[in-house]
Amino acid sequence: MLRLEPRQKASNMMLYFTPLIAVALTMVVGGALFAMLGINPFDAIWIIFFDPFLDSFNLSQLFIKAAPLILIAIGLSLGFRAGVWNIGAEGQFIMGALVGGATGLALWGMEGWWILPFMAIMGAVGGFAWAMIPAILKIRFNANEILVSLMLVYVAQNLLSAMVIGPLRDPDGFNFPESRSFSRNDATELPMIFEPLGLHVGGVVALIALAGAFILLQRHSLGFNIKLTGDSPRAARFAGVNPSIIIAVCLGISGALAGLAGLFELTGPAGKLTTNFPVGYGFTAIIVAFLGRLHPVGILLAGVVLAGTFIGGENAQFMLQLPSAAVRVFQGMLLFFLLAVEILISYRIRFSKGAS
Amino acid sequence: MDFSSLNPVAMIVLLVGAATPILLAALGELVVEKSGVLNLGVEGMMIIGAVTGFIVATETASPYAGMLGSMVGGALVAMIFGFLTQFLRSNQVATGLALTLFGLGLAALLGGDYNGIKPPPTPRLNIEGLSDLPIVGELLFSYDPVIYFSIFLVAAVWYFLNRTRGGLILRACGENHDAAHSLGYNVVMIRFGAIMFGGACAGLGGAYVSLIRVPQWTEGMTAGIGWIALAIVVFASWKPWRAILGAYLFGGITILQLSLQALGISISAAYLSMTPYIVTIVVLVIMSADRKRASLNAPACLGRSFHASN
Repeated sequence: MLRLEPRQKASNMMLYFTPLIAVALTMVVGGALFAMLGINPFDAIWIIFFDPFLDSFNLSQLFIKAAPLILIAIGLSLGFRAGVWNIGAEGQFIMGALVGGATGLALWGMEGWWILPFMAIMGAVGGFAWAMIPAILKIRFNANEILVSLMLVYVAQNLLSAMVIGPLRDPDGFNFPESRSFSRNDATELPMIFEPLGLHVGGVVALIALAGAFILLQRHSLGFNIKLTGDSPRAARFAGVNPSIIIAVCLGISGALAGLAGLFELTGPAGKLTTNFPVGYGFTAIIVAFLGRLHPVGILLAGVVLAGTFIGGENAQFMLQLPSAAVRVFQGMLLFFLLAVEILISYRIRFSKGAS
Repeated sequence: MDFSSLNPVAMIVLLVGAATPILLAALGELVVEKSGVLNLGVEGMMIIGAVTGFIVATETASPYAGMLGSMVGGALVAMIFGFLTQFLRSNQVATGLALTLFGLGLAALLGGDYNGIKPPPTPRLNIEGLSDLPIVGELLFSYDPVIYFSIFLVAAVWYFLNRTRGGLILRACGENHDAAHSLGYNVVMIRFGAIMFGGACAGLGGAYVSLIRVPQWTEGMTAGIGWIALAIVVFASWKPWRAILGAYLFGGITILQLSLQALGISISAAYLSMTPYIVTIVVLVIMSADRKRASLNAPACLGRSFHASN
């Protein structure tokens, strides 16, 4: 019989190994799923997990997908550490693109180096403001931030469609429900920094945010208070940590970063606002945050791995006729396995005979 | 604009239809939360129920087999959540989110071949004499069987929780799992059972959407009503009778905004579609604002995982 035995102290080795175990388990069970769908599991696993990192065209897409995931996951990880559950990053992502994009459209025709940075700031403000709604409702009225932030995703999606058929519609666009193209305009196009890896300015900002989060968590008292609030809310209160400030900071930072990610997506890969603009980065980033064990370095690696599965999943769609939903099943499965093997950190599995 | 085309009787009938999936899912989640578990995967279980119900119903040409299938489907994915949170002691919030993400993906994968098909129709109640009565017949005696079942389930859940020994034990697990454990009750298994019940209810709610309300299968068709069901549990202060009130209120808002869209009101349809979500937020705020009352109603061990120290 299998038995769980508590460890004397949390296993450091398992801390690093559990994400790898989870990825391996996902490959095995996912492979079985592909076999059931009548697809060669070895081909599928190779295309989804390995090919994205080996082929030069795929590599040139890598950070285009990884940048928004990392940027959003960094913000979410701060909140998750403190027990503040912002799961509405998708909505903040949309609002960042909407507010930043509207700013760009208001300045349309002007030229200057400052336009794109200004749009980025407005994008961050948009995401920040959207995240402040659940923060304020939580602080002032004790409303559950999980449900409020999630409801706001649906509100943001509807707002986006109202905007692209209304005020933000391209006046020269033959009435199509989409905005002007930001990526075909010098002043609003997001510059590419390193083409072979697809690293645009947004990717660089994501790396800077990673470094910032690292310093915040390791060296700053605010980072310590965030961790303390999550590990022991009572101790934090005795230590004089104001929980309202932690809620506002965590939601505010994650909202601003998600908004930035939305603006970068808009001015870079997506190009324009359409109703298909949101593709679920805000939700996948939750998986990235957990796969990276809420640690900045882990999030970098996890973001790259999940970005790879997006690219690999798209390739598998036309190479193996894999349904597009399969990758989402994969990602969900990955999070399940990750949460399942987490127990290995604080417990070990023992085989014992008979009942215990 | 012509408001006279809005028929109040027809709107109430539609309202009940819009509310029933939310009511079923909320009832299931209410029992789960009463046992001390917060399952945020309602949306995932609903969409799985919607697709499994649809598949079974079209393959067997029986809507009732489909509904049974949806309950099995919902309970099966709920079991993943139960296994992880109860036996592997994973974080309930994260695991619930995982269940929703996984469920949405799996449902899209399973339902790929079933787009654009009509499911077998579910007959409505038709009692000679009663169902033909003007207004009353339409309002009370002409629904599909699931609606009557959902009302029955409210009563059954209320009776179970408040009038039976089993309900008392289940509530004890939710209020103080250590005390329940020390009395010799198996907290983990009781919670596991509650989670499966919640999955079955959410699954049936999902099947109601795909088999009766729409009726068709489309990806992501539950469109957040699983999350609204979670909010309804808070609105209902964990009381079954008030879940009806909450669900019907939301059904009413949904139907009202849809009717206004159909009337061609000058507000963009997108703004009207936001209203159910905004109202959910407003209701959550109102219900949570009184911290004392909110904490009095919520099960004390909600969301905390149980470790039996041995």
